[in-house]
Amino acid sequence: MFGLHYRLERKTLGFVLAVIGVASIGGLVEIAPLFTINQTVEDAPDMRVYTPLEVAGRNIYIREGCYACHSQMIRTLRDEVERYGPYSLAVESKYDHPMLWGSKRTGPDLARNGGKYSDAWHVAHLNNPRDVVPVSIMPAYSWFLRTPLRTDDLGKHLRSLRAVGVPYTDEMIANAPADAYGQAAPDSPFAEGVSKRYGEATTVRAFDGKPNELTEMDAIVAYLQILGRLTDAAHKPSVATETGPAGTKSAEAKPAEATPSGGKP
Amino acid sequence: MAVEERDPHSGFLTTGHEWSGIKELNTPVPRAVYFFLIATFVFSLFYWLLMPAWPTGVSYTKGLLGADDRKNIARSLEQAEQARAWSKKIEAADFAAIQADPALMAIVRQSGRTLFGDNCAVCHGTDAKGSKGFPDLTAASTLWGSTPEALMETIRVGINSGHGESRTAQMLAFGRDGMIPRADVENVTAFVQSLSAAPGSIDKAKVEAGKAVYAANCAACHGEEGRGNAELGAPDLTDKAWTYGGDTQSIFNSVWHGRQGQMPAWENRLSPVDRKILALYLADLRKPRP
Repeated sequence: MFGLHYRLERKTLGFVLAVIGVASIGGLVEIAPLFTINQTVEDAPDMRVYTPLEVAGRNIYIREGCYACHSQMIRTLRDEVERYGPYSLAVESKYDHPMLWGSKRTGPDLARNGGKYSDAWHVAHLNNPRDVVPVSIMPAYSWFLRTPLRTDDLGKHLRSLRAVGVPYTDEMIANAPADAYGQAAPDSPFAEGVSKRYGEATTVRAFDGKPNELTEMDAIVAYLQILGRLTDAAHKPSVATETGPAGTKSAEAKPAEATPSGGKP
Repeated sequence: MAVEERDPHSGFLTTGHEWSGIKELNTPVPRAVYFFLIATFVFSLFYWLLMPAWPTGVSYTKGLLGADDRKNIARSLEQAEQARAWSKKIEAADFAAIQADPALMAIVRQSGRTLFGDNCAVCHGTDAKGSKGFPDLTAASTLWGSTPEALMETIRVGINSGHGESRTAQMLAFGRDGMIPRADVENVTAFVQSLSAAPGSIDKAKVEAGKAVYAANCAACHGEEGRGNAELGAPDLTDKAWTYGGDTQSIFNSVWHGRQGQMPAWENRLSPVDRKILALYLADLRKPRP
């Protein structure tokens, strides 16, 4: 039974090739064909790309290791859908390079965080979480407010993202630093270009509360406020599932389970 | 195998290698391992048949059980909804009827607490008492009314939220934008503080000077007597409830920098029943307790 194996074990190169061959079977058979299956990634025509400010915020999110404690994926489980909102779709991470789904939740999931809280709350919370949530164990990121955002390299970031498939135009790349500034300075002449290039629905406001200064706080809050809002696909029942609504957040589960008699007053 | 040598002591074959006189046994893999190896193969065969498994290019094998996470979650949400018989009752009944029904109010208190914890507590606090910049929801005065109807509407549209029907409250930056000189900002701060402070505790001269500044700049929204105007989003300045603090520095900051507090709209995030439960929960929190 092991005759072949005994022979193989004695030939280093052959054995290495055999190991690689066997180890890649799982990947080749189970993952590679998924790229050809059209159900894998849903269609979302309304999907927009991250603005340069949001890209900068995303880079800060990665730099500070936020993903180590916060996931960005709501799973198809009832308690998650009832707490966070519709479950995540593949298409929502279409422009995420790399994706930040995460698998650890020391803090809550952030996939539907956009628009859930006010900018002022995010600023206060990032500056010192204990100021607004006394029991929070999240570290304070107080330097965001006093660190100017680096924008000169944003065009290069956009170009890199284009290289991996995000449809940034030449115009977007050329205007990246100006757009990053404009998105956080609604009264400046640069603000108009942001709406023009990224759509009218793009939020243009002084995220950190200081319209004349572009800080890292602007970028990270802009990013947190767009989470889950690049497309409405997950909120549309027809795309999300064939059988029914994708689970609008209806009344929570725990009380119903805790008091079965509560249903029959 | 080139070398066939049996170890006389254990009876097993050796590998034929020898290191300093020590030979390595070629002990066969234990039977249990073979058993489990075969068992896992058999399991995966059945699993492939029953569950979604193999990609076929444009689709995949769906499995005999027809398992589908998206259908499962839709079904389990539907079942959960049906299990909550009270949900329909709360949706249909009017506020007064629910408030009069102790059984429904028990559910409101329980569900409301969870909903509040998941959605509202990060700003307003788990006890709903708020913090600086985030109003105390249990306090006596709320700008847009404290009836369940008014609360539900505020939850639906938010404040300065960008929602089409949003409540609005825009306090101008009187100092920063140069509408009032600094001395007058200080005076009007004293005047505003005097409206709710103990008589005599504020510098009289400043209060007097601030009165005129108030009448010229603030009365249009906050009213001649400082009682506020919900339609303009102007709070009552005569009570002791302060969203941004009632000390001299805080009031000065509010006048100098203005205030455009924001509360998100929850219309697209929470179902009508959930918003109704939250409104009832808050109205219930505000009731004076014996």
